[in-house]
Amino acid sequence: MPDLLREYLPIAIFFGLAIVLAIILTLSAIIVAVRRPDPEKLSAYECGFNAFDDARMKFDVRFYLVAILFIIFDLEVAFLFPWAASFQHVGLFGFWSMMVFLAVLTIGFVYEWRKGALEWA
Amino acid sequence: MEFMTDVFGFYFGTFLVILGQSLLVIVLILVALAFLMYADRKIWAAVQMRKGPNVVGVFGLLQSFADFIKYIVKEVVVPAGADKPVFFLAPMITFIFAVVAWVVIPFDDGWVVSNLNVGVLYIFAIGSLEVYGVIMGGWASNSKYPFLGALRSTAQMISYEVSIGFIIVGVLLSTGSLNFTAIVQAQSGYGALSWYWLPHLPMVALFFISALAETNRPPFDLPEAEAELVAGYQVEYSATPFLLFMIGELMAVVLMTALITILFFGGWLSPVSWLPDGIHWFILKMLFWFFMFAMAKALVPRYRYDQLMRLGWKVFLPLSLGWVVFVAAAAQFEWFGGFYVRWAVGG
Repeated sequence: MPDLLREYLPIAIFFGLAIVLAIILTLSAIIVAVRRPDPEKLSAYECGFNAFDDARMKFDVRFYLVAILFIIFDLEVAFLFPWAASFQHVGLFGFWSMMVFLAVLTIGFVYEWRKGALEWA
Repeated sequence: MEFMTDVFGFYFGTFLVILGQSLLVIVLILVALAFLMYADRKIWAAVQMRKGPNVVGVFGLLQSFADFIKYIVKEVVVPAGADKPVFFLAPMITFIFAVVAWVVIPFDDGWVVSNLNVGVLYIFAIGSLEVYGVIMGGWASNSKYPFLGALRSTAQMISYEVSIGFIIVGVLLSTGSLNFTAIVQAQSGYGALSWYWLPHLPMVALFFISALAETNRPPFDLPEAEAELVAGYQVEYSATPFLLFMIGELMAVVLMTALITILFFGGWLSPVSWLPDGIHWFILKMLFWFFMFAMAKALVPRYRYDQLMRLGWKVFLPLSLGWVVFVAAAAQFEWFGGFYVRWAVGG
């Protein structure tokens, strides 16, 4: 148990210290600085024009596509981590299993590429 | 009863030691950051034949501290349409995740706050979470430039995170461990020649460029492209919330220099066998890579967004994936002896 504690307690303490520091810094400006709000100052910045529409508008579906692609490949990386760390133990079978898995993913990647999911112009 | 006090005393002592170490690391990094910020500006100025900050303190060395005081006495402006809790939470999240990543970085043999056996996975997870600060800031501002900037920034950060992940997997294959200390120790032997930069040479370049994109640094600072988006997701921020964003970003840059140093340049190991290893090597290597980051900012013109996404998905991703397959094959079939596989030669 102490080993586990020695490894994970510092992370909790670091989180605690970082949160405290962030709160202190945010509060210090709110407490110290004089605040004189007026409608012009508080309106959304749009290069001098009045904001004419809600900012949370429709956006390009390609951002959504990139996010989905990211999830697939990030999961793949997360899957590769334990395989890479235990590579000397998994042997030839482990090696070829992962190669087949990567090949399947590459086929999917080529398909996305051909379909134009990666085009931005 | 006596047993209880013993256990309590033991845990309380450990707790105090860890608290002291954590405080020391955080304070030292924050102070170093103040001078790195100054160095960044000075290098940029020198390339453009300007003087840069030179008024506050000797050679302007105290410029960052003067800026710090200025940030605190500035008014906090919260836009009328903003989602207040999220608006304040966003910079804090950026800052917190930038700080906590440092807990597993070994500065010297044994000089690490938490010698986590899954350190690489931890850094990877924290790096992924850092995106939330950006997208929350852009969304909560309820303003068009921050919103568009946050979308761009998020897409850019997650795109390059994938290739960074694959590059790290290559190093893991060579080491056979997720522990940062083990990764550095696996690179000991013949000085600079046994570090991972030599077997993984193409990946060093890829990692450096990906790190530039991942941290939104020039030439990939598209979220802040001032000609189009003013300042991206930070437009509506002022005073210390803005400072938190800035510290978070610069800390992520310095973390990337630490990662390059550990993964490819032997961490605290000495480049020649007749000089002792030590933290000074770690700091020197980090400073060198920070200098490279600053020079890239000063020398390279900004990319266009479609070029950036093309580079990330169509060039870096296939290359780094291919490299993982290559290193795995080299490890499995024992090509090049122990050049790629350090665990096989007792590393």
